[in-house]
Formats: sequence, C-alpha cells, structure tokens
Amino acid sequence: MRRRNRRYECTHSTVTADVRRIAGHPTPVNGHIMTSPIEAEVTEASVALDKETATKNDAADGTNHTGRSPGQLMWSRFKRDRVGMISAGVVIFFFAIAALAPVISKLYGKDPYTLYPDEFPELLDDFSMPVGTFGGVSGDFWFGIEPELGRDVFTMLLYGMRTSLYMALVITFLAVMTGVIIGMVGGYFGGKADYWIGRTTDFFLAFPNQLFFIAFMPVVTALFVSPTDETPTYLRAVSIILVMWFLGWMGMARLVRSSVLSLREREFVEAAKVSGASRWRIVRKEILPNIVTPILVQGTYTLPSSILTIAFLSYVGVGFVEPTPDWGRMFAIGAKVYEQNPAFMFFPGVAMVIFVLAFNLLGDSVRDAFDPKTGR
Amino acid sequence: MLQFLLRRLTGAVVIMFLIGAFTFFLFYTIPQDFAELACGKNCSPQSIAVIRENLGLDKPITTQFWEFMGGILTGRDFATGHCPAPCLGVSFETSEFVWASIIDRFPLTLSLTVGGLVIFLVLGLGSGLLAAWKRGTWVDKLVSSTSMVLSSFQIYFLGPIVLGIFVYSTGWLENPKYVPFTENPAAWALGLLIPWAVMATIFTAQYTRMARSTMIEQLQEEHVRTARAKGMKQGYVFFRYAWRGSLTPIVTILGMDLSGLLAGAVVTEFTFDLAGIGRLAVNSSLSKDLPLTMGVMLFGAFFILILNIIVDLAYAYIDPRVRLA
Repeated sequence: MRRRNRRYECTHSTVTADVRRIAGHPTPVNGHIMTSPIEAEVTEASVALDKETATKNDAADGTNHTGRSPGQLMWSRFKRDRVGMISAGVVIFFFAIAALAPVISKLYGKDPYTLYPDEFPELLDDFSMPVGTFGGVSGDFWFGIEPELGRDVFTMLLYGMRTSLYMALVITFLAVMTGVIIGMVGGYFGGKADYWIGRTTDFFLAFPNQLFFIAFMPVVTALFVSPTDETPTYLRAVSIILVMWFLGWMGMARLVRSSVLSLREREFVEAAKVSGASRWRIVRKEILPNIVTPILVQGTYTLPSSILTIAFLSYVGVGFVEPTPDWGRMFAIGAKVYEQNPAFMFFPGVAMVIFVLAFNLLGDSVRDAFDPKTGR
Repeated sequence: MLQFLLRRLTGAVVIMFLIGAFTFFLFYTIPQDFAELACGKNCSPQSIAVIRENLGLDKPITTQFWEFMGGILTGRDFATGHCPAPCLGVSFETSEFVWASIIDRFPLTLSLTVGGLVIFLVLGLGSGLLAAWKRGTWVDKLVSSTSMVLSSFQIYFLGPIVLGIFVYSTGWLENPKYVPFTENPAAWALGLLIPWAVMATIFTAQYTRMARSTMIEQLQEEHVRTARAKGMKQGYVFFRYAWRGSLTPIVTILGMDLSGLLAGAVVTEFTFDLAGIGRLAVNSSLSKDLPLTMGVMLFGAFFILILNIIVDLAYAYIDPRVRLA
C-alpha cells in the first residue's frame, strides 16, 4: 500500500581492497544520520539467496568482518520480531503445502477431479447437498464435499492454492523484473529516455486494470487459439500471466526510477565512474545492491495482490474454468450454494484470510526490519 | 485554480484519446479474424460476411479507427440505423447501442462506488484518527488489530457471511437490490445497505491503517511539536496542524486506489447479484462481444479519469504547492 520514496543509504566496504571500495557519505535522511557500514557483495548475496544465507553470513561475520551488511542487520532485527517470524512461518507453510499438493493428495488418497458420489451415492442427499455435519466433514473428507458435484474440498483447495501461488510467483517475478529494468533505464539514463518512459508509465497507470484484465482475456486468448476451439488450461494460464504482467510493472518502475535518480548523483557512483567502471558494472554493483530493499518490500505487496487478482478473475468467471481447481472459483461455487450450505465457503475463505493476513504482517515486518524508522 | 483545472482536463482528454487508440488497435488487430470471433461457434460464412459488412471491417484499420473516434463525437450511421452522438458501436449480442446499455447499467455502479467511497473515507479516516489520538491504549490496539484482520478479508467471502447473518438467518434485511435514487431514495439506500457495508468494510480497514500511520508520523513532525510547545490546545494542533499534513499522502493513495475501487464495485455486483457495469463487462467479455467490452473498458477509464480529476482538485485544495506547480 505504501509507496514512498525513501532514500537508501549507501554502503561502504570494510574488507575488500578493490576499486569498489569507496566510502559512501553518511547523509541526513529525514533529519537523521543513518550509517551502516556494509560490503556491497554481501548485500547482494544475502538478498539473492534469502534468509538461510543471511544466517551463514551472520555466522561468518563474527570471524571475518567487522561490519554487518544491511541484510544481516535486517535479519537480526527480523528475528526479534515475533509477529514477523510467525507470519513468515505461515507463508512458508502455504507455499510448502502448495508445492507438495500432489504428494499430500496421494497420501490422503483423493484428488480434486473425481466425482465421488458416482461411486458412493450416499454422500449427497436428495437436494445434491452433502450429507453429514458441516458440509460433509468426515475422516474421509477432511474439509467436506462439494455440493452438487461431490468433489473433495480439501484437495480442491490444495490444488487451487497451488495454481494461484505458482501463477502469482511467475507474475510477480516478471512484473518486478520488468519494473526494475524500465525504472533503472529511466532513472539512470535520464533525459529524453526518462521523459518518455515516465509518460508511458503514467499512461498505463491510467488504465482501469481489473476492467482491462476482464476485457483482454478473450482477446489475448484469441492470440493462441482459434475462436472455434476449446482453450487448453495452460493457455489460459499464459493469457492470465500476459495480461497481468502487462499492467503489473508500473508501480515498481516508478519506485526504482526515483531510487536510482537519487543514487545516481552520489559520490560513490561518481567515484566508480571516475575509476573507469563501465555503465553495466555501475548499475550492477553500485546501484542495484542499494535498491534491493525497496524492491523486496514492494515485492512482498505485489505477490498477495496478484493472488487476489487471479482469484478475482476466476471468481467473476474469466479466469480458470472447470475442471481446473482454483481458489477464486471456489468462492463463486460457494456463493451459489451459500444459503443451503455455508460450510463449503468456510475453508477456502478462512485459508485466504489467513494467507493474506500473514502476508500483510510479513510485509510490514520486512519493511520495519529494513527500515526501523517507519514509526508504527 | 481554473488554470489548474483546465490543464488537468486537457491532460485527461489526451489520455482518453490514447487509451482509446491503444484499446482499439489491440482489439481490432490481435484476433486473427474479428468477424469470426464476433460470430462465435457454428457460424456460417454468410453471417461472417454480414458482420464484416456491418462493422465496416473490409476498410483499412486506420479508417475504421477514425470512424470509431468520430462516432464518439458526432455519431455514426450503420446499415442498421443511426447511432447518436457518443457512439461506441453496436453490440454483437443484443444489437443495442453500446452507449445505451452502459448508461442503463451505470447508475448502480456509480451508487456503489460513490456511496462506498464516502462511507469508507468517513469511517476509515475517523477510526484511523481515533487510533492515532489514543496511540498505545486499548482503543488503538483494538482498532489496529480489527482493521488488520478485516483488511485481509475479501468482498466475495465477507459478502455471503453478511448475507447469511442479516438476510438468510435473521431476515432483518432483504436481499440487496437496486432501486434508482430518483424513484425512491429510501429504498435506494436500504437496498444497497449491505453491499455498501461489505465493500466499505474492506476499504475502511485499509484506510484506517493508513490514516493511523500517517497521522502518527505527522504528530512527530517538528512543527507539530513546536505548536504544542507554544501551548496550543491539543485538539487544535491535532486537527489544524497534523491532520492537514496527513491528508496529503492519504489523498495520493486514494488517487491510486480508484481503479481498485471500481474493481471492488465489480466484485460487489457479482457477490450480491446486482447488474452493473462489471457484470456487463464480464458477460460481454465471455460472449466475445468486442464492441461492448471495449465500450465498457473505455467508459471505465473515463469514469476513473473523472474521479481522478476530482481527487486532484481535493489535492490542490489541501496542498497549495500543487496549485502552483
């Protein structure tokens, strides 16, 4: 939600006797001095490789380094944040069960496609509603049975989450990469390129994006499939990814542009330029490590919002269609039968609330850990 | 101020034109055969020829584009009859004018968005201010945690729950329905009460969090502290100094959220089975009724631009620097 231009302090190396070893000036940010002696390489590594590496760096730190990278500082702050740790655990749990969905459903012995009442007609009553308490919850069907068709809710949800999470990961990755590249080009080269990139970004921001997704799904699908044929599921996935990618990068581009703009004129960049570093090297080694934080924070907001958008598309009926299990479509089914069988919506709904809540809390904690002055 | 408004309006016209051009070319160039797409499955070659003729698809694409754009300003003549001034074409499915079907559905979406907007701004900013005012007390904790949880809910999950409680089990309220405001304002408000409440709940929660954090940030600013140190009353400092400063970021985010608001209205329509712009968009998209889809899309963009200009005006009113820039 929050997109503010924060300036991220640069970094200077304490170990390497390299050309890169240029001291960044501690400058006042919002009237405070914020200095963190770090080594650019370590930051990059800790960001690229995630938390485990950050711990290793932490351990290595005691012996080799005297300073700590922002990644390490962030991790040590994050570790103390209990809410953050719990929500990180919840998020990892969701991703784990989504990744392990085939294994789990094999152990559990059911799949999301079988219409179980064909075999066991006693599962549904005369009105095609599940027999038994709370939508047919039992030892065999942990989350109950879908009304009318009688599929297993637990595996439907599992596979539905799998679809949504995978798609959202791909979309977030593409959107973040595109945004970073476009923002970087605009911010670093400035001038005419920046002007036109800025106007284009504004233009795409003016699109009503959800309406755009609805409107363009059939058009994009028509790119691959002739209108007389049925659309295969993977092409639907590709269309959703393309459409959402197309309008997903602007926020990131703006953020990166403004961060790069403020970094471009800094002394350590100048120094790198003077010492003969190529543009590519400056971008990769001097600028990128310093904007990783805002990119990560923005990314933690992009991922859940992509999941919600995919769910939205399937909910209104332009995303995935039967029989692909999908989180969003479970709400559409649930809403239809809610009056007779409210239980069906309970599990996907609660799962989604927990997931989004955990992600929101995680995003806040990550932001706080990177930048403790956000004043919450 | 007038100059500011004029500048914004010119910008809006340019953006509208660009969005129109962009959507038009995407829509009319991507499908291999537009007429075939329009006709759908089991289509005879004759009907494809008729569609092609009716839509002027045999002409070059730029001619088609200028005819379309001209139609918005002056109206257009089709083989089937004259389409009056803001002409966005003719629907494939119903053969109605696109503009007419949009205008027919629009009041509902307008009521949902504007009603929801007013409710969530009042409630969200109010509770956010309260939480910032009582920072650290149980009031703050209650408001903050409630809004955190509620902001993780979705309209399509909360909607059925609310319906279940207030309509299906207790019967206190009727199923939501739309009665035009001009017909009966009381029935209008009563019919949309649940949709508003559900939609506003989710947005309120987000704005509570935002209002709280910007307000707390503002209260730590030096000019606020100085004002307090001079001995000004707490309430005066709170509203005249901190509140005004905290409005700027909130309005900025509101401006970015407008398309989300429209999307919220779309989901709300689906959740409560109301027939507005969103349903029109989805139905036309599913039936591949491209002129209608494109019309709704352009109309949505137009609506958001108008709302954006209103937000900008509010922005200029709050922050004098904007007016001068």
